[in-house]
Amino acid sequence: MTRAIITVVGKDTVGIIAKVCTYLADNQINILDISQTIVQEFFNMMMIVDLTKSVKAFDQLSDELVKIGNDTGVQVKCQLEDIFDKMHRI
Amino acid sequence: MINLQEVIETNKMIEQENLDVRTITMGINLLDCAGTDLKVTCEKIYKKITTLACNLVQTGEDIAKEFGIPIVNKRISVTPISLVGSACCRTPGDYVQIAKTLDRAAKEVGVNFLGGYSAIVSKGMTKSDELLICSIPKALAATERICSSINVGSTKTGINMDAVRLMGDIIKQTAEETKEKDSLGCAKLVVLCNAPDDNPFMAGAFHGVSEADAIINVGVSGPGVVKYALEQMDEAMNRLSIDSEGSGCSAPLVQVQRRKGEAEGEKHKGGRGLANFELLCETIKRTAFKITRVGQLVAQEASRRLGVPFGIIDLSLAPTPAIGDSVADILKCIGVEHPGAPGTTAALALLNDQVKKGGVMASSYVGGLSGAFIPVSEDQGMIDAVEAGALTIEKLEAMTCVCSVGLDMIAIPGDTPATTIAGIIADESAIGMVNQKTTAVRIIPVVGKTVGDTVQFGGLLGYAPIMPVNTFSSQRFVDRGGRIPAPIHSFKN
Repeated sequence: MTRAIITVVGKDTVGIIAKVCTYLADNQINILDISQTIVQEFFNMMMIVDLTKSVKAFDQLSDELVKIGNDTGVQVKCQLEDIFDKMHRI
Repeated sequence: MINLQEVIETNKMIEQENLDVRTITMGINLLDCAGTDLKVTCEKIYKKITTLACNLVQTGEDIAKEFGIPIVNKRISVTPISLVGSACCRTPGDYVQIAKTLDRAAKEVGVNFLGGYSAIVSKGMTKSDELLICSIPKALAATERICSSINVGSTKTGINMDAVRLMGDIIKQTAEETKEKDSLGCAKLVVLCNAPDDNPFMAGAFHGVSEADAIINVGVSGPGVVKYALEQMDEAMNRLSIDSEGSGCSAPLVQVQRRKGEAEGEKHKGGRGLANFELLCETIKRTAFKITRVGQLVAQEASRRLGVPFGIIDLSLAPTPAIGDSVADILKCIGVEHPGAPGTTAALALLNDQVKKGGVMASSYVGGLSGAFIPVSEDQGMIDAVEAGALTIEKLEAMTCVCSVGLDMIAIPGDTPATTIAGIIADESAIGMVNQKTTAVRIIPVVGKTVGDTVQFGGLLGYAPIMPVNTFSSQRFVDRGGRIPAPIHSFKN
């Protein structure tokens, strides 16, 4: 299973999660876990997603998610899970 | 499963604290390109490099995008060219032809530096070694991306003082040949003692003869991350000393202490509400571990995608001129007002040691230089220290006894005699030889400039104030010629 972490950081506005989730559903990407918090007045959201059945390549997904973020005025990032796993788990 | 706090921590390191992978360096063996015809040799070199490294830059960019971690440089190191050209080069000009070929290959594959225009002369010089060394000034003036390194000594062999003396002249000539660009050629030329075969960092990178045909070495970085962790540590400790309930600080060690209660926090409380050395060292070690794990991941991915074996991770804290990405700032966090103040050498020693201890466990193979780099022009904090009058070449020399590499990116007056430069090289080599560690000299005698002037190199190389050099002569010492014998503790057989 190829897993990725999608993070959304920015000022809290209506429909941020909805937009990202709709995009993921349209591309056959399953959400495994969602959590969110507010850090220094900024909305921080993280999703763990399964890319196994994704209809698009990682490169394209990543670019399109960044674009959704830019359109909504938040920062969206998509990264493979390995970088967090390696850094925080022995 | 990974939690939100961990994700935020990692991304903060990348976005705000300048965490990056400094370089993916592909080592390429060129011994099989050697022949008696210069033109054929050059063609083979060009073909081998452009074939093996054709996907290096793209692969680096793909990995950077997928993991969300910047990979700043993609580079190549090759077999010391004095060996590759020994059968076909009759004059220094012939070696310059090879340098131009390497430069063309580097541009073709898109790497920003190619290292290995080198000779290993720690005990003696062959005719081809000497020809290559004599070609360095012209080669560095005629190329853009080539880096040159000469190994003039080792713990096992002693110091080749003929080579040291010659390099004093070569550095001066290189400065003269590139005087229109503030003697920039010297920034791409380093003289080493105990040079490692697998160093991924420039200007000292070359692909040693003990290596496989091709190899991927990765240099990690992250002084900004270490600095931030130390700031958080002291801030949290300070709050702890004011309010035992704590204040939500994110420094992990202090959080642990808070959970365990004030008694645990008290254990690490030093003077003036600061964390003591135990906690300081733990914090650096943990941070180095995290940084290195990222390097290991990138190295394994690059190795797999390129089909080239993974060599080593170099655990170096490599600063850049960017604000906050500074080894000097870490030293200031540890507690010296400016690098150069008394206590600096001890602070650097502990930093270097903790980086190694944290990093070693995070990687399967560690090599290269692995430690803290203390270049002057590439580190804003070091530049500030020189301008404040806190840091001198002599203090930098003392600091090189306890960290990786040596006198690095130091601009000195253009009228410094070649014999004085040779004396500086001899001193650094002696430190490396006796302490069984790598040392290096990369100094730039900037033509037409003197103390009080500054020099701009641009980009990662930064800018530097010209530093004064001791004006008493070393001529009689360096003119003796011959070798300094290996130290007694090198005889371990």
